[in-house]
Order: sequence, then structure tokens, then C-alpha cells
Amino acid sequence: MSVAALLLGDSRFPAGGHAHSGGVEPAVTAGTVRDLETLEAFLRGRLRTAGLVAAGIAACACERAASVSGGPFWDDLDAEADARTPSPAQREASRRQGRALLRAARVAWPEATGLLAIAAAVRARPGEAGPGSGRVTSDAARGEYRGGPHHAIVLGAAAAAAGAGPGAAARIAAYQAVAGPVSAAVRLLALDPMRATGVLARLTREIDEVAERGAAFAGGPPGDLPCASAPALDLLAEAHIRAEVRLFES
Amino acid sequence: MTVAAPCGRNLVAASASVEAVAGPDGTTRLPVLASQVPLVLRRTPDAVYLVGGAAGPLGGDSLSLSIAVGAGARLRVRTAAASIALPGLDGLESVLRLSVSVAEGGRLEYLPEPVVVARAARHATLVSVTLAAGASLLLRDEVLLGRHGEAGGSARTELRVTYAGRPLLRHSLAVCGTDPASLGPAVLAGHRAAGTLLAVNESAAGRGGEPGAPTAGAAAAPVGAPVAAARAMPEVAVLPLAGPGVLVTALAHDAVSLRRRLALP
Repeated sequence: MSVAALLLGDSRFPAGGHAHSGGVEPAVTAGTVRDLETLEAFLRGRLRTAGLVAAGIAACACERAASVSGGPFWDDLDAEADARTPSPAQREASRRQGRALLRAARVAWPEATGLLAIAAAVRARPGEAGPGSGRVTSDAARGEYRGGPHHAIVLGAAAAAAGAGPGAAARIAAYQAVAGPVSAAVRLLALDPMRATGVLARLTREIDEVAERGAAFAGGPPGDLPCASAPALDLLAEAHIRAEVRLFES
Repeated sequence: MTVAAPCGRNLVAASASVEAVAGPDGTTRLPVLASQVPLVLRRTPDAVYLVGGAAGPLGGDSLSLSIAVGAGARLRVRTAAASIALPGLDGLESVLRLSVSVAEGGRLEYLPEPVVVARAARHATLVSVTLAAGASLLLRDEVLLGRHGEAGGSARTELRVTYAGRPLLRHSLAVCGTDPASLGPAVLAGHRAAGTLLAVNESAAGRGGEPGAPTAGAAAAPVGAPVAAARAMPEVAVLPLAGPGVLVTALAHDAVSLRRRLALP
């Protein structure tokens, strides 16, 4: 993996990821994540569901970022990501993170055609005529934020901009699907940071496996991308967005 | 129909189909109602029932059901009882493939009883739905890991729905009753029953209200008070999809609670 790809995967890359717990905060509130053991079970479940979906989408976006210029592909991939995210709270979290990542990545790699095309596709979306316009209106009626691209799509295009291939894009996506929740858990449960990192170290082989499974979808039709769901993550995300006190956005 | 398995056992491969069309007087006719044991279809005034013509599904069985609802036609499909997926001797997965198409103005309610996946069994329910613009759908899926007091086997559910040529929902769930990550806090959170109820264009089907409006209200006020709900593991949520549909998703410890939770607001 290139240094440019490491930069993208680094939590210090200014894309706002620290504001999201990936469902750990509501799980701590619900009492289902309490310690290192329950955290590890949470991470394994998250990795093979949300992590696999993100890895597949990121790999697909990375594969096509250099070759696809027009909006239809990015709109199709956006619709596929929406269809894999039934929870409005999670769609919103993904789009907010995607918007922040797109801003940072466009400053880092201003010439990247994939990032430019995604930004143009997002700008063209609200108020557009034709198919999908009714959808935008009804989403506006329920107040859902649609002003950003899905995070995994931007991540894939940014990886391509950083000179990385679909395999590396999938690896960053799968790693981030569990690394962010670990640092959130350290803060929320006052866990020993070294032992928490030890949990992550034990998961690295599984992260690689999930990334490889996701990367295998890079060249296929977006409709075939993995769609593994995690019911508890959906339920927790919806409870969290309605909670009175929140440290993390999601 | 049976085919010989590599290990010698006869595996069941069966397909059944039903086609509903709207007659000139507004009633729905069923020009096609084809059964193949163990997929036996029975017509009743209330619904077409899928009655189990044999035990199972057993590991290795491959069952396909195809449902087509024409423009303006209405069809309800139910099963007579819960199905209990049992392991075969060869460790193979049993698979039920459901293929659905609904034309404009047509409506399908597919409301089967739950699938109970017995210990060591492996079962998959693979659902593919093509909805034309203006079609409506109510589709329930419930899976229970294990009979009472039994750790369940492996269950795989896949739901792929397109509406007017666009993806509406791509949703799969793979869980196993003896897998700590499945039972863990991200997936089943200690529950053995999981289910979804998908409603597409429910308002067009005469439930009333503006498209999107009733679900938005319901999403803002889920079961239980928001603050109280946040203190315990939430067990049901009403999820308005990005497209014209609502997914109710629920977890439960038993089939009765799961069914109660899988209700539209």
C-alpha cells in the first residue's frame, strides 16, 4: 500500500470520522457493549456486515473512478448504496461523512477525475428533473440530509486518486469500519487503549478476509455488491438519532 | 421431482408458480396455479396458501416459487404453518427461491409464517422482486434460530427489490445460532428471532394519506418513548427507505413478540 493510501486511511486525515462511533455509543447506552469482550463481538458483527458492504462499494468506486467520467454510474452506485442502507439515520451519517471526506480529498488530490465527477453528480442531484425527483422531494419532506455522497463511494474514488487499487480501497474501508468504533469505545467506556488496540490486532486477519471478499466485487455490476445487514446496528442507529444526549453523531 | 445427490440421497428440487391477472370486472383471476410437491398451492377465498406437501425443507432441497401479479390484480399468498428447516445428512443448505413480479397497479401481499431453522440445519431464503412503477407490495420475512430451547442452525435471507428499474432494497442477513458474532451486539443482540416487513406504495394500496407522510410521522415516534427506549436495546424500528417504501425491522426472543413488532404504524 502506498504512502498516499496510508494518508487516506489515517484517522488524522481531516474527514471528520472521529465524530462517528459506528453504533458503539447507542450500544453502550443500551448496555450491550460493556467491556472488551462485548466490544470484540460487536466489531466482528459490524465488520462482516457494514464492513463488507463498505469494502465492496469502495472497491467498485475505486475500480471505476479513473475510467468512468459521467454522472449515470455515480448515480447508480449512489442508489445501490441507498438500497443497502434502509436506516435513514445511517444514510444520513454516511452522506455527512462522505461530504466531509470529499472536501478533504479534493484539497489533497485536486486533479482527481473521480472526485470531480462525484462532486458534480451530487450538485446535479437536488431539484433535478426526471426520474428520482419525486424521491428527493419526499426525502426533503421528512428532513433527510441528501447533500453529500455516500462515504464508501468517496473513499473508493479517493483511494484511486491516491494511486491505490480496489484491494487497498476495500482494506481501508474494512479497517475503518472497526477502527473508528474502537476509539469511540475507548472514550465511552474508559477502556485501556492498549488492550483495545489488542482487540483490533486480533481482528486484522478477519479485516483482510472481509476486504478481499469486498474487493472481488470491484469489476462486477453494482447491483451484485454485497448487502449484508445487521439488524441491531439499524435499530441502534435509529434510537441514537433520537437520543437527547449524544457525544457522537452516529 | 427428485434428483440423485452425489452422496446417494435423493434431493428434492421443486418449483411452483402462480399468476394473477385482473379481470374486466375488477376481480382477480389465477390463470396459472401450478404446484409441485412439496410446494403445493391451494386457493382459498382469503389467499393462496402454500401448504407443505412434505416435511422440511431438508438440507439440499432446492425449491422455487414464482409469483406474477398483472396490472391492477391483487394477490395474497400465505403459508399454512411455520416451516422447520432440518439438516440433511450431507450438510447441504436448503434453498427457497422466490421470484416476484408485480405490474403497475398490481398488489402482492406475501405473508408467510416464520422459518424455524433447527439445530445444525442450513437454510437460505432468496427473494427477488421486480416492481413496476405504481405496483404495491407487502412482504414479510421472519426467521427463528432453533425450536424452543435449541440453539439454531444457519439462516441466510436475501431480499433484492427493484422499483421502476431502480434498486429499492438490497438486504441480506446471515446468522447462526452457535456463532457469537451473530448473537453479538451488532447483529442479533442476544435475540433468536429476526424479521422484516417491507411495504411498498402502501398508500397507493388504499391505506390513505400522502405518500411518505404517514411513515415520516411514524419514524419520528417509534414504539415507546424516545428517551426510555434508548436505555434498553431497541427491538423494532420503522425505516422509511430512500425510495417509495418502508421497512419495519425487528428482533425478538420469540415468534409471537416478533409478529407483534412487525406491524406498520
